[in-house]
Amino acid sequence: MRIGDAKQTYEADEAIWTTQTQKLWFGLFLLLLLVFPFMADSYLLYLGCLVGIAVISTTGLNILTGFTGLISLGQAGFMGVGAYTVAWLSVNTALPFPVTLLLAGLMAAAVGILVGLPSLRVKGLYLAIATLAASVFLHFIFAEWESVTGGMGGMSLEPAHLFGWSFQSDFMMYFIIVPLAVLMVLAAANVFRTRIGRAFIAIRDRDISAEILGIDLLRYKLMSFALSSFYAGVAGGLFAYFFRVVTPESFPLSMSIFYLAAVIVGGMGNLLGGILGAVFMTLVPEALKLLTSALTPFYPNAPVFMSPMLEIIFGALIVGFLIFEPHGLAEIWHRIRRFFHLWPFRN
Amino acid sequence: MDWMFFGEISLAGLAMGGLYSLIALGFVIIYKATRVINFAIGEIMMFAAYLFLAFAGGMEMSAWIALPLAVAGGSILGGVIEKTMIRPMLGESPISVVMVTIGIASILVGLVEFIWTADPQLLPSFLPREPVFIGELYLAPKIAYGFLIGAALLIVYLLYFRFSRGGVALRATASDQAAAYSMGINVRRVFSMAWVFGSLAASLAGVLVAATGGLSPQFGIIGLSVLVVVIVGGLDSILGALIAGVFIGWLETVAGAYFGGEYRMPATFLVLAVILVIRPYGLFGTHEIERV
Amino acid sequence: MSILDISNLSLSFGGVKALQDVSFRVPENTITTIIGPNGAGKTSLFNCISGFYRPQQGTISYQGQVLSSGIRPPRRAALGLARTFQNIALFRGMTVLDNIKLGAHVHMKSGLLSALAYFGPARREEIAVRRNVEQRIIDFLEIDHIRRQSVSSLSYGLQKRVELARALAMQPKVLMLDEPVAGMNREEKEDMARFILDIREEWGITVLMVEHDMGMVMDISDHIAVLNFGQVIAEGLPADVQKNPEVIRAYLGNSDIDSLRKKLNPQGEAA
Ligand SMILES: Nc1ncnc2c1ncn2[C@@H]1O[C@H](COP(=O)(O)OP(=O)(O)OP(=O)(O)O)[C@@H](O)[C@H]1O
Ligand SMILES: [Mg+2]
Repeated sequence: MRIGDAKQTYEADEAIWTTQTQKLWFGLFLLLLLVFPFMADSYLLYLGCLVGIAVISTTGLNILTGFTGLISLGQAGFMGVGAYTVAWLSVNTALPFPVTLLLAGLMAAAVGILVGLPSLRVKGLYLAIATLAASVFLHFIFAEWESVTGGMGGMSLEPAHLFGWSFQSDFMMYFIIVPLAVLMVLAAANVFRTRIGRAFIAIRDRDISAEILGIDLLRYKLMSFALSSFYAGVAGGLFAYFFRVVTPESFPLSMSIFYLAAVIVGGMGNLLGGILGAVFMTLVPEALKLLTSALTPFYPNAPVFMSPMLEIIFGALIVGFLIFEPHGLAEIWHRIRRFFHLWPFRN
Repeated sequence: MDWMFFGEISLAGLAMGGLYSLIALGFVIIYKATRVINFAIGEIMMFAAYLFLAFAGGMEMSAWIALPLAVAGGSILGGVIEKTMIRPMLGESPISVVMVTIGIASILVGLVEFIWTADPQLLPSFLPREPVFIGELYLAPKIAYGFLIGAALLIVYLLYFRFSRGGVALRATASDQAAAYSMGINVRRVFSMAWVFGSLAASLAGVLVAATGGLSPQFGIIGLSVLVVVIVGGLDSILGALIAGVFIGWLETVAGAYFGGEYRMPATFLVLAVILVIRPYGLFGTHEIERV
Repeated sequence: MSILDISNLSLSFGGVKALQDVSFRVPENTITTIIGPNGAGKTSLFNCISGFYRPQQGTISYQGQVLSSGIRPPRRAALGLARTFQNIALFRGMTVLDNIKLGAHVHMKSGLLSALAYFGPARREEIAVRRNVEQRIIDFLEIDHIRRQSVSSLSYGLQKRVELARALAMQPKVLMLDEPVAGMNREEKEDMARFILDIREEWGITVLMVEHDMGMVMDISDHIAVLNFGQVIAEGLPADVQKNPEVIRAYLGNSDIDSLRKKLNPQGEAA
């Protein structure tokens, strides 16, 4: 049971965390993130990093698709831009990772703006197809521009480094990826406390009325594209540092669909939802792997069926959530929370 | 330049394009009636082709029995998809409905891998094998006969939608759902019908395409080419689907033959990008008017 | 002095002539109402003023300056042309408070970087807007109790009120209201009429309104223009317009049952 408190000032009321309890929980969560790498084994660390990257990219796509209503099938392509930027900089320069990641984000944002330009004239699904076209071109460039990207063979890169430190292990990468993920999610939450976030949502809900009320559609659509692909670019850059090899096949169309699925399963237009979706969708295949290896002693064929099962589960999650739980995991989360807030008075 | 080579490649491309037109027609029928962009059309084609493989290969049926059975199977699949997964989404945002079809595509790929494994397969050949010459130009018989069968169905469709009662109902629903409903047209039946007919066209084309190029769970990628076709032609235009189908089929084949397979998609997507910029609603699509 | 001056405006959609040679003025600091049967072109006229439709002919002058078609809707909003919509156009994904704050968009400056950090100018600006919205608008329109609700949970009458609040947050010089009391019950209508009068009197905002409810129109308007089939058939004081035989003919001769019913029974509840 929790008791609501009256806000004293508008400042307090406009804060992200409006109650002491919320602040406490968030603090505990940060603490958990901090101690996690010291407790976790190498597999869990690896998963933690993967989830962190997915959270960044999903949050970016959520800004564009969930909040601004612009469907993008290009998220993997934008991540690729970020990854190749980092790879190229790591091979050809000695820049430390904060700089390379920033440049990766900016490069992806520039490409995002370019891809968003048709949104001046085309809308809805036609725009989605334009982003699909962009991802085809990007793949083509990654594969064919050999002098820069290494062609089909891709590029391998040096570990991320800063002040003479080299971030080789997953343990060290965790301390780049997870803090960055937390920061970027908080920054996104900030955007939705301001006029820019409101403009995005207005465009999603009713673009024409929004324009008549003073929102410059092209400007804000492009801003949303830029922001979203900046997130994708940083996520891609982290991906590159984490796996230390980048090829054109690292960023297939199915990856763009994966991120769309994460946004949908988590809850479109809900930042918490995006996080939950990213975590969930990253962990589902891992859970399936565990299940398969548990079953293999009894059914030696189990590994053969893993990949088709994954496809089926992936598709069924998308369809099932859209039909039965269109507001995604975020809504489920809220239901659970409501239950505990009122407990034990009503159930 | 070797004109002979160019001619033969073009011919093969045009024939392939004819099949694209047929698939695109299926796509447009579904879109016109239900306003659903069906990203699973390539997977429906794939599914029918695997059914054909099971009937003609596994069960050793005559191809001429297996073909109608496989096509019927694909059509039923379309109907089932509409009833169970698309209908509950009525009134939801287009993004959501598109994502449902993407989810369906993934389920179908998984099912196919589950049943037939991920290995590439060859369909038993069932089309006549004598080489076909048009003038001096050679055309692979599989492609030629595939084209003929596809074109035959395409013509049947065009006549059907022009003249039959069902066709009228479909066109009425496409132009104004509410009005069609008030005139006593069973709109729900039209939706199912559109999915069944659309999937039927796709299924036949699926078997024919697989018969020339082989089959694997990645077969559904062809859906991307179809997407390009319908966007270039205009999502709601049958004429657009026909013309753009032939054109994109030709372009893809020519680009592949002259520059290599990796140029096929970029070439067609380049056309798509240009069309989106100069005619955002495709060559023949209608621009929807917006009001406040 | 007229703040808005429409002259010889024509707009057609294919064969449909929505507006033909429409001319009239909106005197400053008045409540000016456009009436006319359904389909007369009232909303289209609003859309021309907002810059959403581009008239084929004629000009719209605002504060003595011609609004050319190069001045796009957001710019017009920033110049002080605010409006509400006939079919409520609230943003369903936002709370009442955020909907209203959105109205202030054109008068805010903070950019993406400061928004990401929510620090310094962005923060100060947001708080200032919040304070202004709370103290001037939410109090005035008596909607404090719903500020945190999502707009889709509100009654029709309240939704219209939130739309008005959002338009006020745009700090308009001319407030365009498209059927502000349609679908409201009598009490809600009376509240709305009071708000509109206060907005004109206390806030000094010029109101341009489209409304079918003749009782309210005659009560609060200073100036009326009558539109029929895209043409202005009368313009003047309420009393004069009411007596104008052409106006009576336009209303009675119209086969549209709805507008006839509204005319004959001005106090009744609109559908
Ligand atoms: N975008 C458009 N495309 C085509 N025709 C339009 C468009 N907008 C308005 N019209 C037509 O213009 C005419 C005037 O419409 P408008 O909405 O301005 O009427 P109105 O006076 O506001 O009517 P009501 O009282 O019913 O709101 C109508 O015939 C309408 O069908
Ligand atoms: Mg109107």
